[in-house]
Amino acid sequence: MREKFTYALGLGGLLLMIYNLHTIFTVLPDEAQQGAIGRMLFIHVPAAIAAYLFYTIAVVSSIAFLIRRNFAWDSLAVACVEVGTVFTFVNLVTGSLWGHVIWGIWWAWDARMTTQLMCFLLYLGYLLLRPAVSEPTQRGVMSAILAIFAFADIPIVIMAIRIKDIRTQHPSPVLETGGLDPTWWPPFLIGIVALALIGSALMLVRLHQETSQREMDSLRRELHAI
Amino acid sequence: MTGGIRAAISIAKKDLRTEFRTKESINASASFALVILVLFSFAFDIAREEFYAISGGLLWLVYSFAGAMIVNRSFARELPNDCLDVLIASPVPAWSIFLGKAVAAFVLLLCVELLSLPVFGLFYNIRWLGVFWPLFAIMMLATWGITVVGAGLSALTVNVRLRELMLPALLYPLLIPVLIAAMQLTTALLGSDPVNLATDSEMRLLLVFDIVYTSLAMYLIEFILVL
Repeated sequence: MREKFTYALGLGGLLLMIYNLHTIFTVLPDEAQQGAIGRMLFIHVPAAIAAYLFYTIAVVSSIAFLIRRNFAWDSLAVACVEVGTVFTFVNLVTGSLWGHVIWGIWWAWDARMTTQLMCFLLYLGYLLLRPAVSEPTQRGVMSAILAIFAFADIPIVIMAIRIKDIRTQHPSPVLETGGLDPTWWPPFLIGIVALALIGSALMLVRLHQETSQREMDSLRRELHAI
Repeated sequence: MTGGIRAAISIAKKDLRTEFRTKESINASASFALVILVLFSFAFDIAREEFYAISGGLLWLVYSFAGAMIVNRSFARELPNDCLDVLIASPVPAWSIFLGKAVAAFVLLLCVELLSLPVFGLFYNIRWLGVFWPLFAIMMLATWGITVVGAGLSALTVNVRLRELMLPALLYPLLIPVLIAAMQLTTALLGSDPVNLATDSEMRLLLVFDIVYTSLAMYLIEFILVL
């Protein structure tokens, strides 16, 4: 049942994504100033939003693990961090490609780009720490605390970079100011939903792997005891 | 509360006394800071006036490297003879153990910073005496930020394989806001740009970072030490 649900989620996300790509490439016109590369918006921004969504779930489940000490929360946290990190990476790469076309450079030390890179590095540290600890409770507590530390750092990093970097190159947020054309909204929103669905499917697969891994570990320990 | 603070002070005193007797981490990190300062002079071949523009960055890179070495020893020092277990079992709250450790690391790092500052001024012809007190205020705030996060991560990674490698990999990304603010402020001060510390937004950022991480670490240390 659980597997079928995972596959259904993934498949749903994939179909939505294909449909959306079709709309983006064949129905929508080129962006007036940026040309064809303007379509990057439909992957780039949803990836960032999906990443933050998974990071938020990760920090909530980390706190839940610290309180309840139920390993299901720990597995959920690590699964979410992994998916979030992948999406942050997608966000960085698509942004870099876009920058290469529009700005002529692969990377500018701009406020939001730097923030995303910092996020990526913070959570990379989280993923580095986990394999270094073999005892499950210890690993769970340590990674939960690191997830909380990392999550608390994000707003401060944003503040720091905003203060430092006034000459921003990154396009101003068209979403909040209503600069996005009404016909562009549906593919944009569908992009978010599609990535969230694909991410959830990936997350569930990882969750399943974590659970099986823990069961195997406990069986192995039982065997040693005998 | 007062009992906890008293315990924290005793732990800090104990750490500092051990350190000043053995001088194991202060010697290592001070000489390391010196080596880095020398290395930087080869790394950048630029005119004297331009050194002011990168002075804050240089100084805080040196300080953060030295800081990582000091906090690495913070909890690891208690591993031989199972001292850490005894500390945890002792009737003091976990936060006072942490606070004691953080204060000791803070004092040590501040010593290393004060030792390397004149050397820095001498090597790179940078006048810092005129702005010493505002610089000292920045050093206090940023150093506390480095040591409070560092001591927390030191407690976290104390039993981890490859501790020496893991700590810097976790520490530096978390420290980025502190380092950005401290570097900017120091460069402005040494380049004799007007900086009003009372109203400066970077100064406020340092304060926010210190408050957030001091409270987070003091609250979460219970979970870290008593797994």
